[in-house]
Amino acid sequence: MAQKTMIQAITDALAVELEKDKDVLVFGEDVGLNGGVFRATADLQDKFGEEQVFDTPLAESGIMGLSFGLALEGYRAVPEIQFFGFVFEAMDEIVGQIARTRYRMGGTRNLPITLRAPFGGGVHTPELHSDNLEGMIAQAPGIRVVIPSNPYDAKGLLISSIRSNDPVVYLEHMKLYRSFREEVPDGEYEVPLDKAGIAREGNDITIVTYGAMVRESLKAAENLEKDNISAEIIDLRTVSPVDMETIIASVEKTNRVIVVQEAQKQAGVAAKISSDIAEKAILSLEAPIGRVSAPDTVFPFGQAEGIWLPNATDVEEKAREIVNF
Amino acid sequence: MAKKKTIDFQALLNDVDALFPTYQALDQDGNVVDESLVPDLSDHELVELMSQMVWSRVLDQRSTALNRQGRLGFFAPTAGQEASQLASHFAFEKEDVLLPAYRDVPQLVKHGLPLYQAFLWSRGHVVGNEYDDDLQALPPQIIIGAQYVQAAGVALGLKKRGKNNVVFTYTGDGGSSQGDFYEAINFAGSYKANGVFYVQNNGFAISMPREHQTAATTIAQKAVAAGIPGIQVDGMDPFAVYTVSKLAREWAANGNGPVLIETVTYRYGAHTLSGDDPTRYRSKELDDEWQKKDPLIRFRNYLENKGLWSEEKEEEIMENARQEIKDAIAEADKVPKQKVTDFLKNMFKEQPQNIQEQIKFYEAKESK
Repeated sequence: MAQKTMIQAITDALAVELEKDKDVLVFGEDVGLNGGVFRATADLQDKFGEEQVFDTPLAESGIMGLSFGLALEGYRAVPEIQFFGFVFEAMDEIVGQIARTRYRMGGTRNLPITLRAPFGGGVHTPELHSDNLEGMIAQAPGIRVVIPSNPYDAKGLLISSIRSNDPVVYLEHMKLYRSFREEVPDGEYEVPLDKAGIAREGNDITIVTYGAMVRESLKAAENLEKDNISAEIIDLRTVSPVDMETIIASVEKTNRVIVVQEAQKQAGVAAKISSDIAEKAILSLEAPIGRVSAPDTVFPFGQAEGIWLPNATDVEEKAREIVNF
Repeated sequence: MAKKKTIDFQALLNDVDALFPTYQALDQDGNVVDESLVPDLSDHELVELMSQMVWSRVLDQRSTALNRQGRLGFFAPTAGQEASQLASHFAFEKEDVLLPAYRDVPQLVKHGLPLYQAFLWSRGHVVGNEYDDDLQALPPQIIIGAQYVQAAGVALGLKKRGKNNVVFTYTGDGGSSQGDFYEAINFAGSYKANGVFYVQNNGFAISMPREHQTAATTIAQKAVAAGIPGIQVDGMDPFAVYTVSKLAREWAANGNGPVLIETVTYRYGAHTLSGDDPTRYRSKELDDEWQKKDPLIRFRNYLENKGLWSEEKEEEIMENARQEIKDAIAEADKVPKQKVTDFLKNMFKEQPQNIQEQIKFYEAKESK
């Protein structure tokens, strides 16, 4: 086993699947020779050839339409949208077409497509690059939204996504790409879709979160521990559909919960989870459901990200508020 | 002294326009005007193509009546477009992949979709979209141009598989304004993929006249920007449509890349029967002018002159079509009602928790 960053784990997952199944195709703007703007596909074209790893003309709707057609022809399409902020150009193909084709055709066709894209704030990208748009896709039935928070999960979840016969939007938080390393096994292994992980066990409060906010929540939990507040952290991994069983079991144990997301507060994943907890476990709660999120503005200009993005301190303060309610 | 003009912009436009004549084989009376475009079809095949076009005209008439009786749902009239639709389809093989738009139901049925399923699609029943594995087609597309980018993907897939088959897809003159239209022909062109892309220019995008849709003189010339061949053909002329389609198919199937074909045609009816009133934007004079170009008239004249067609023959085809439609409606009526539990089961191959929970709820509700 080797210590790998999240982006190395992602490259590794792509290589494993490209090797195992020649019908897996990796493509998008600059993914071939250039290896992607973040180098997630670095050297894959060299190893697997231009038939399996190739560049596309610059057009997001075209890329997703291409994915649809390739999947219809029996390929496993793994397209890259260069930054998830560019997804609006492809919304019809993703949400209007890919997400609903199985349903429309009465289950007679599957579209195994894994759309990969970098997203998330904190790396000072220009406007319309970083947006947290997972809630928008999560609104659409028929497509999974998968967001890893660490290298091990990133590899296993990506392999599971590519092997899934259902379409997946697989979002890679840019801040997590190279910020730390962990042990990532060589070869193939799967981390199941639709199943949340327990990132940290605890008894006093449940923190439900995903993506980069898992790291912030882990930091918050360490500080809370100093005051003997034991936080359980649930890493959703699949943010749509959500593994509510794991969340409810935890809430019934800790009786307190906060939901943490990097995205704006309005609508979105945390809103859905909060309402489901209220619906299914309100009598287990000894305090209101707390939420930590970004404010309801458009994603901020780079220099304002430090104050705009939620962080470990915000999580810690909200957790204390709920514990001391 | 005034500086010499170095670029004649009008000449640039004229040069492009000159490259896109309208291909025509038969005139309005069914006389051959271009022998080179007369298709290499047997007498039997000629009669078969005419029969399909007559069948389509009957289907249009009966679908309109059935819609008004409340026995069909959504319907986009096809009368006038028989040559554009059926003569183009006639050039393709069963293994070729058809990605139709909402008006292209006749081609879908001729490609293998049982007619009762086409009626179920119109009524809004999922069984209408449950396609057999060997039916190389997608259900009619509603979003303008969405099928075009998907066709680019199918085209690339066919090429990668090393197949000599092609994908063929249709949109309208309005569809040619969509970004997806250009993205698709550009992608397919870039990959030299196996696709034939049709624009059925029927003069109006609902109410918007073709002249206002684009400043381009032809839609075929939009192919230039994608670096692929573009051809404008008389869409009321079954011979020209068939021959151009057959050649385009061969070109694409042989790995030369896609072709864009603009068929200049006309829909006699409304955009759809869901509230459109074409008298608001079209004159009777225009309708009459196009009726004279009717594809059935010119094909009928041609075949009659060759002794291959008669009034009795046509009446027999029409009667058979009416019976086929009647039977298909009866079959559609027998299909059980839809269940929300089935909808839920069709969302994902692997059902997540929320879906499993909701299946239980609707199973209970539907068993009451």
